[in-house]
Amino acid sequence: MVTTALDARRARRIAEQVPDPELPMLTLADLGVLREVSLEPDGTVVASLTPTYSGCPAMAEMRAGVAARLQAAGYPRVEIRTVLDPPWTSDWITPDGRRKLAEHGIAPPGAAPARAAGPVPLVLSPTRRSVPCPRCGHPDTEETSRFGATSCKALWRCLACHEPFEYVKEI
Amino acid sequence: MSDDHVYMTLAEGHEDDTRWAYGTGFEDPLHGVDAAVPDGVDAGELAALCVTLADDALVSAQRLAEWTTRAPELEEEVALANIGLDLLGQARLLYSRAGQVDGTGRDEDAYAYFRDAGEFRNVRLAELPNGDFAFSIVRLLVFAAWRLAHFERLTAHRDPVLAAIAAKGVKELAYHRQYAAEWAVRLGDGTDESRRRTRRALEQVAPYLGELFTAYDVRDEVVAVLRRVTEAAGLPMPVYRPLPGSGRTGEHTGHLAPLLAELQGVARAHPEATW
Ligand SMILES: [Zn+2]
Repeated sequence: MVTTALDARRARRIAEQVPDPELPMLTLADLGVLREVSLEPDGTVVASLTPTYSGCPAMAEMRAGVAARLQAAGYPRVEIRTVLDPPWTSDWITPDGRRKLAEHGIAPPGAAPARAAGPVPLVLSPTRRSVPCPRCGHPDTEETSRFGATSCKALWRCLACHEPFEYVKEI
Repeated sequence: MSDDHVYMTLAEGHEDDTRWAYGTGFEDPLHGVDAAVPDGVDAGELAALCVTLADDALVSAQRLAEWTTRAPELEEEVALANIGLDLLGQARLLYSRAGQVDGTGRDEDAYAYFRDAGEFRNVRLAELPNGDFAFSIVRLLVFAAWRLAHFERLTAHRDPVLAAIAAKGVKELAYHRQYAAEWAVRLGDGTDESRRRTRRALEQVAPYLGELFTAYDVRDEVVAVLRRVTEAAGLPMPVYRPLPGSGRTGEHTGHLAPLLAELQGVARAHPEATW
């Protein structure tokens, strides 16, 4: 089988378009979990994925989704690799991904905290971050729970329109 | 094969649909990760360290999951379940790493479901019953503070897989410690009743602190975190009186065996079941 650069680009595009199982408005590329797609000389597509959280139950579905899409597109041999290093950060969510989150009523994350080497400092005073309401845009919002329906989201509410909303956490 | 619904692609590999929703046989969470052990790293020691850290996480995850349907508020139930899920994920990665390097080729299920209490190496702190919300919060604070400090050091471990698992875990554990610290301050600085219970919880965890401080020197860092939180909560630091024995050598309280019986029951009754 002769592979070409065109085939490799096509395989990458197909893998990039696989929707995330838990945030289906995002593709795996939008979420920043698809690290690499390459085509081996024997026609095998090698796709590298990185988990968002250690316990993310969607990893198996992501792997199955990428393999299924590629196989349906005519790549019978697909190898999915897990990449743990460097760990995923919410900074890898693309600008397109952030726009789609906001359009679906989910506040996108701010910049992930920069970590210096050494012990992780404990901050007891509440960190005030401004998260504009994804529905009405009002800046007056508050956190109701640091943990939400999935590992990657917190629960917030808008004090202006009173609607609750989800917020993708910085990590 | 259709992937209109991504979850359906998982089910299609199994002929017996009735066994889809439970069981063992998850996909290896280290699938496709280079499994080589670097020169100069003792595989036996590395495996033992991974199992120890995984046992702490698995047993803690099980206790946290027990709060589901019982937490004071839905938000706390979701938070505790999420923290448990992170720890369960860490346990899966660590068991898988142990199985790669200890020469037995065991998978995560073999470690989680088919070892008895005497083979577990978790600290006894993790297996103690949940008690009230104050106890669970104080226990989580101590555990997360210790594990965060330990994982932060493990990011420099010579085994790149363990170092990567630790680097990922650090981000999660920082959230866990933050959650527990904020609640401990709120409870300690709350009503007379919440204050009394939080103070009692600190006394209850004190005998189990020593077990945490063995391999890496993170004691000062953990004590500093506890001191900051107790000061902010207006509570006394617990007096440290170590108990004899250690979960690290397989000496457990009577609470671990019933916990494992519940955790392992389905897998042992249906050892061939697959997800
Ligand atoms: Zn609003």
